[in-house]
Amino acid sequence: MHIQLVDIHKRFGAVHANRGISLSVGAGTIHGVLGENGAGKSTLMKIVAGFLPKTSGEIRLDGEAVSYRGPADATRRGIGMLYQDPLDFPALTVLENFRFGLETAGRDPRALLADLAGRFGFDLPPDRVVERLTVGERQQLEILRLVARNVRTLILDEPTTGISATQKDVLFAALRRLADEGRSVILVSHKLEDVQVLCDRVTVLREGRVAGEAERPLRTNDLLGLMFGTVPHPPPRCENPAGTPVLRLDGVSAPGGRAGLRDCTVAIRRGEVVGLAGVEGSGQGVFLRVAAGMVRPRRGRVLFEDAPLGRRAAAGRVAFLPTDRLGEGLVPGLTVREHFVLRLPRVPFLLDRATAGPDARAGIDRLSIRGTPGTPVEALSGGNQQRLLLALLPERPAVLLLENPTRGLDLESAHGVWRELQRYCDAGTALVFSSPELDEILLAADRILVFHNGRMVLDTPASRTTPDELARAIAGLGTGAAA
Amino acid sequence: MNGMELTTLLAAVVAGAAPVIFAAVGETVTERAGLINLSLDGSILLGAMAGFAAALYTGSVAAGFAAAAAVGAVVAAVVAVTGVYLGQSQVAVGFVLTLTCRDLAYFLGNPLSRVPGPQVSPLPVPGLADLPGVGEVLFRHNLVVYASIALVPVAWLLLYRTRWGLAVRAVGEHPAAAYARGVDPRRVQLACAVVGGLLVGLAGAAFSLAVKPGWGRPQGAEGMGWIALALVIFGGWHPAKVAVGAYLFSLLQVVGIPLQALLPSVPTQVFQVAPFPLMIFTLWLIHLTRSEAVERWAGDRAWAWRLVHALRASAPRALGKPLSRE
Amino acid sequence: MTRAAVRYGVTALVLVAFTTAVLLLAGAPPWDAYRSLAVGAFGSWGRLARVLTVWVPLTLCACGLLYTFRIGLWNIGVEGQVVMGAIGATWALRHPAPSAPVAVAGALAAGVVLGAAWAYAAGLLKTRGGVNEIFAGLGLNFVAQGFVLWLIFGPWKRPGVASMSGTAPFPPELWLPTASWGRVAPVAVALAVVAVAATAALLARTRVGLHLSAVGRNPRAAALFGLSPARNMLLAMALGGGLAGLAGALQVAGVYHRLIPAISSGYGYLGLLVAMLAGYRLAPVPVIALFFAALNVGSIQLPLVLEVDSSLSGVIQGAVVLAVLVVHGWSARRAPEGTP
Repeated sequence: MHIQLVDIHKRFGAVHANRGISLSVGAGTIHGVLGENGAGKSTLMKIVAGFLPKTSGEIRLDGEAVSYRGPADATRRGIGMLYQDPLDFPALTVLENFRFGLETAGRDPRALLADLAGRFGFDLPPDRVVERLTVGERQQLEILRLVARNVRTLILDEPTTGISATQKDVLFAALRRLADEGRSVILVSHKLEDVQVLCDRVTVLREGRVAGEAERPLRTNDLLGLMFGTVPHPPPRCENPAGTPVLRLDGVSAPGGRAGLRDCTVAIRRGEVVGLAGVEGSGQGVFLRVAAGMVRPRRGRVLFEDAPLGRRAAAGRVAFLPTDRLGEGLVPGLTVREHFVLRLPRVPFLLDRATAGPDARAGIDRLSIRGTPGTPVEALSGGNQQRLLLALLPERPAVLLLENPTRGLDLESAHGVWRELQRYCDAGTALVFSSPELDEILLAADRILVFHNGRMVLDTPASRTTPDELARAIAGLGTGAAA
Repeated sequence: MNGMELTTLLAAVVAGAAPVIFAAVGETVTERAGLINLSLDGSILLGAMAGFAAALYTGSVAAGFAAAAAVGAVVAAVVAVTGVYLGQSQVAVGFVLTLTCRDLAYFLGNPLSRVPGPQVSPLPVPGLADLPGVGEVLFRHNLVVYASIALVPVAWLLLYRTRWGLAVRAVGEHPAAAYARGVDPRRVQLACAVVGGLLVGLAGAAFSLAVKPGWGRPQGAEGMGWIALALVIFGGWHPAKVAVGAYLFSLLQVVGIPLQALLPSVPTQVFQVAPFPLMIFTLWLIHLTRSEAVERWAGDRAWAWRLVHALRASAPRALGKPLSRE
Repeated sequence: MTRAAVRYGVTALVLVAFTTAVLLLAGAPPWDAYRSLAVGAFGSWGRLARVLTVWVPLTLCACGLLYTFRIGLWNIGVEGQVVMGAIGATWALRHPAPSAPVAVAGALAAGVVLGAAWAYAAGLLKTRGGVNEIFAGLGLNFVAQGFVLWLIFGPWKRPGVASMSGTAPFPPELWLPTASWGRVAPVAVALAVVAVAATAALLARTRVGLHLSAVGRNPRAAALFGLSPARNMLLAMALGGGLAGLAGALQVAGVYHRLIPAISSGYGYLGLLVAMLAGYRLAPVPVIALFFAALNVGSIQLPLVLEVDSSLSGVIQGAVVLAVLVVHGWSARRAPEGTP
């Protein structure tokens, strides 16, 4: 199928997410859409897939201008999409997910599923509940479902986030196979290497516009130049000799996430920067929450400065920054200043408009937050929300726990975050952070812990490992601990 | 048991559970699609009043049931439209309707108080009614009771064995995903609200035309809507388990009557409110089945493990959270 | 005309149309019914005094509910908290006291404590027992109602006969003094006014209000700031229950002078409607409570004048809230993006 987009605009209220995007995807090709977070990729693809209505512009399928009544209509016309937040039904079985919305024309869905799975080499037990599948298996199921619906174009939005290296290979093989069958594939990503490995042609988006196009061979510097204008310098990294242990986990098991955390023993030392690697939900999130004292371990102990970690004991000394900023870190509806009031060591009983005002102004200045003390936090942009969370951290924490600290930020904001974290590191704070990006971990951490299926499978100094070793550990290979 | 035969007791349990089954299974269908209709306690009363009034004026019990079903459907549709299409809190709308429907029933039904009216006549099933034991328990009732028994497998089949049921459960889990598959979640929710509301209305008529015939203030169905809502949680949003809960509740009520005679020192008022602390206790137990300590305790005991897992169920994931417009 | 004016106009129209339809259905002449409602509420000083008497518990309950709504709890148990407040006051008044004012003050205090304790129980069921506060509160309402009936027909029955008319009346020196112009207790009105002012101050100007907002809007983030969601929920429940208990105690000490089966008169549930109609804000509460109180008092004579049931007031009150929700949702849906 030949898809042409002509001058697509999309506005959300005051936000102009797509500003006149035109691009063309040929039949049987794998086309990359590359760009930073916030460049407008997902919005554009949701428009193509019929999930969002466009503000203006034209979509042509095989030369014919179309307008859809919804995503199902787009699927009928041959366009299917794997969304970044999977649009499937975790509580239903694989087979039910497969069947729902499918016209099988008299074929038994169970046989059809087995047939297709065999063709692609996927192993999907039809009666298993989907929430017990891995992210990669859920993608496989969606691909089979869309193939069964006869889509001629498949759009995948950031499909390599949260899956293991092995699953990525399986996925890419399947996509190549789809292209060989004459279908078009559109791969949306912010990761250069995915696009480089797979795509025939790439369109780069920046700030809602097409920054440029490239064809094979895809050169890294060309693409980076298109993505960022200029290739940015990486932030300086913290080089501290690690000090004495400050936080210890001793045989800790705890519930949460997909796999929980199992039998984890590790000591974090002062001034260290520790990166937690692994497929999302492999135990890093639970690790951080246990270390922060927010989740009580089912077994084992957490010691802070050699004393059991209590909610109160470590107040202000162990700080946690969750990834879901508005969901877990900030209180929508409250202003920036009110957040600073909540942070005061002793909140006075009587409050007025001046309470914590100076703190708020100082924080805004220090981190150059675009907002005033009276701004409600939900009105801040993602980057400013992250900077506010940093401004709200206690003065001198001993341990700083960060979950995906740069998630959803453009590169400049991400570097700003790391510059700020630098300050803490220099003051002797131990930083522990998780990230889905191996690059970020290799760039910032001096020690790396790899998690697989709830277990810590590798603990290594960053200087003595390779991306290859890490990738194998993340996939649960070669450590003897694979479950 | 003071000479009360077991079969008589069980027959009373089956008959007494009929209205609660209608209401609780109806609400199960509605909640499976992700919508909470909290108005049950009021809409049952309004249905009871409308059903009694219609039966009285037309002389036809069937007309009474039709009117009650229509009233229940309209009230549920109001919840669905304001909650899903107009984005208002379903709990808020449902609660307001609980009070409003109750007062509307008392206001409009005022002239009908204590007026004698028609009621459903018994209809023993020929042949089956004379079976020993089972005959009396199951087959010497009226059509309302037979319908309540049949409703449970029908609802189960609809929800778990049809395309329509798959769509309903899918919408209750993830409305946005259902939208992407070509199903309008709001339309499904409205439909399930109306179907559930029809059954809630029928529950009202089952009270005023069968179980507690007549109209008055109080009618006797007061509080039953809340019991039905709690039974949906107890039954883990599964029609069969919900029905089991309804029969257990009915059993307690039937057993309570002779018990009152045995314990004259306890005032009757205590018996009247007894279902409600029991409701709280049951909900607490359901919560306990999800705790780790219970899980560990039950791990060594097969029967306990089975019981805990039978009681443990999670709500439809999108319950009370309709698709937001992006 | 502004959007808001259109909205109010449409709401009023919907409401009048609905109520008129209901009246016609019941065979009552609508105009006479409306006139009777107005005259019944404001026709004389005595009537006005009765309106104020109803205004007091409605305002107290609605104020108390603002704490629980602020933290995101549906305190349906407010009805039972009113009842328990009345029981507490009755219990205290049945005991000898050094003087009448001390006895009455003690009764009010007992009402506050018992109301708060009943709400606290619902809160514990929620925070510790995982029982949704709607079911916990509702169940406790029925329990409280059963408790009242048991007391009236059991331990506290009138010497000789037990009856639905309640316990034996207290001696007049234990009654809250009434105004010279009508049967309303100025102390009760003053307490309600104080409750409004205190609630305004507590919610807007103290850390209590900020903490309740923080937990209500995002419990997980609040926990990161060191706030305990459970403790704040219990605090909100106790504050709300205390005010509801005060309302119940005032019904005993200032209105009925004894414990009767229908001591709460449904004011707890009605208080929920007041708070909802006020958009969960304090400023409109006193006015809306006055409107609802007028409807309640105005409808009392309906059975005599028009031979229709007094539950008409409940129908109108519910319809107002429903109409506001519907029209509000409708206009929000139609509003272009970016306009409030």
